[in-house]
Amino acid sequence: MRFDLLIGALVFCAVAAVPFLMPWASVMITLALGVGLAVLGVVVLLRAGQISFGHGLYYAAGAYTVAFLVQARLGLDILLLLPLAAIVAAAIAFVFGFFAVRYRDIFFAMINLAVSMVAFSLLEKLYHITGGGDGLNVARPTLAGFRMGRVDFEFWMFYATLALVTVVALMVARYLASPLGKGLEAIKSNETRLEYLGVSSNRMLHIAYALSAALAGLGGGVIAIVTGHVAPEFAYWVRSGEFVFIAILGGAGNVVGAFVGSIVYEIIRNYAAAFAASYWQTMLGFSLIAIIMFAPDGLTQLRFGKKNEARAKEPAKKSTSENGITGKAVQEGTR
Amino acid sequence: MTQAALKAEPVPQEVLRADNLHLRFGGVVAADGASLTAHAGERIAIIGPNGAGKTTFVNICTGYLTPQSGKVLFEGRDITGHKPRDIARGGIGRSFQLPQLFLENTVIDNLLIALAARESSWQPWRRLDRHPKADEMYHMLEVIGLADAAERLVRELPEGMRKLLDIAVALALKPRLIFMDEPTSGVSSREKFTIMDTLVRALDHSATTAIFVEHDMDVVSRYADRVAVWTGGRIALEGTPEVVLNDPDVQKNVIGV
Repeated sequence: MRFDLLIGALVFCAVAAVPFLMPWASVMITLALGVGLAVLGVVVLLRAGQISFGHGLYYAAGAYTVAFLVQARLGLDILLLLPLAAIVAAAIAFVFGFFAVRYRDIFFAMINLAVSMVAFSLLEKLYHITGGGDGLNVARPTLAGFRMGRVDFEFWMFYATLALVTVVALMVARYLASPLGKGLEAIKSNETRLEYLGVSSNRMLHIAYALSAALAGLGGGVIAIVTGHVAPEFAYWVRSGEFVFIAILGGAGNVVGAFVGSIVYEIIRNYAAAFAASYWQTMLGFSLIAIIMFAPDGLTQLRFGKKNEARAKEPAKKSTSENGITGKAVQEGTR
Repeated sequence: MTQAALKAEPVPQEVLRADNLHLRFGGVVAADGASLTAHAGERIAIIGPNGAGKTTFVNICTGYLTPQSGKVLFEGRDITGHKPRDIARGGIGRSFQLPQLFLENTVIDNLLIALAARESSWQPWRRLDRHPKADEMYHMLEVIGLADAAERLVRELPEGMRKLLDIAVALALKPRLIFMDEPTSGVSSREKFTIMDTLVRALDHSATTAIFVEHDMDVVSRYADRVAVWTGGRIALEGTPEVVLNDPDVQKNVIGV
């Protein structure tokens, strides 16, 4: 935990320095942080061993919520728009969750995919409401009451997003360490035991599902505001797949992974696209293969994995000598 | 009920009454008039050949299976066909032939999740290990002799320790009745008494009534107050270990002397 905090603090400092050291990269990083929120949503479900290939739906829900509210000219501030984006996405997930959390594994993944594709086609076909394939433009809203020009807006939006991401990441980290979060790991390893403890694993997953949708909605909201545009592609399955890709790239072991993964992904995509326009997806593919082979727990777990092993060794040795109850597994554990 | 009526209740209180349970899967008769009554504080061993319906009986009583006829009463309440999680919340714990644990979590986290379940304390802003009653679970680890392994992942534990932890997790709910399906199977003969001694200590500590399925007659004769012999989905014989284990039929068909 302390090690996670250290990594988090380092990443925070590095990111916070971007507008001063590399001002040209700050919009790119803002976008990466926004996407990182959606990835964090996927990570929450990964804790329970569940993969959603449809989180684009909630990402789009958040983005379109912001777009509709801005187009309605209610004069809502970003500080209000973003929570509303999260709430709308969570509300949709809460309702659909009654259905989705009854499934696991491939069925869970596919049901999410199916519903997100329905949403995608609705966004595309309902031209009069959603602007169809062209999407909707999002005029720049006020940030904390200030109306700003493009340069100022990009600067302050960067820090607003960083602050949001930091607070959200800390809250999600706490949630994952709480009984509800540990319960997700329990769902992954043994639902039978959970039921015999008197706990409804479906209800537990339902909460996680709504939370993860709120995160995706928040991310979509940030992207809508920063890019000034929303499109049906937000709900497309490739988008959803990207979130899963980044989650694996960054690692599901801690909350920082989602953001590190998404920054790395954004950098690879931008630079690989510039230097090797027709090969950048190939490079992404190779980088994922490398991650799976050499750091299966993701980028932020590169060193952490080793540390964990070392920690597990000590008590194992101790109990072999003191406890009397020994077995093959102990020796295997110490090897 | 008046105070007088409360006092008039018979002293060894009836905890479980399974009455004439029937269940068949296609042609297989798993329960054929199975009945058993357990009183507070008793330790009952269920023995019998493979396929006699011992685990089926446990599964019916803990809600995993619903009988086609018959009733299960727990402390006088009908729990027939209730869901496992409702029965667990009602006060019946269960351990398994193959330990059912959260393999990727630490030993103490397994118990703390059980504690959170018992106390319904799901606050997302408090770390699991900061539960106000976490000490109780560390104490439980000491009682079952796993205190040294608290921070180890369950995945790394040997079978004997997993068996104990599986029972400890069930006991963490503070059940008034616990079913244990072969607590000493898969454990070396050297370890079985150690495990049972620890277990009995934990059961006494929490004053829990216990019903356990067991194949090992040493364990049965040493730890059971009463033995029920299962054959063909019902009880063939019931009594104290001395009487039952010396019965010629039981010796021939169950113990295989």
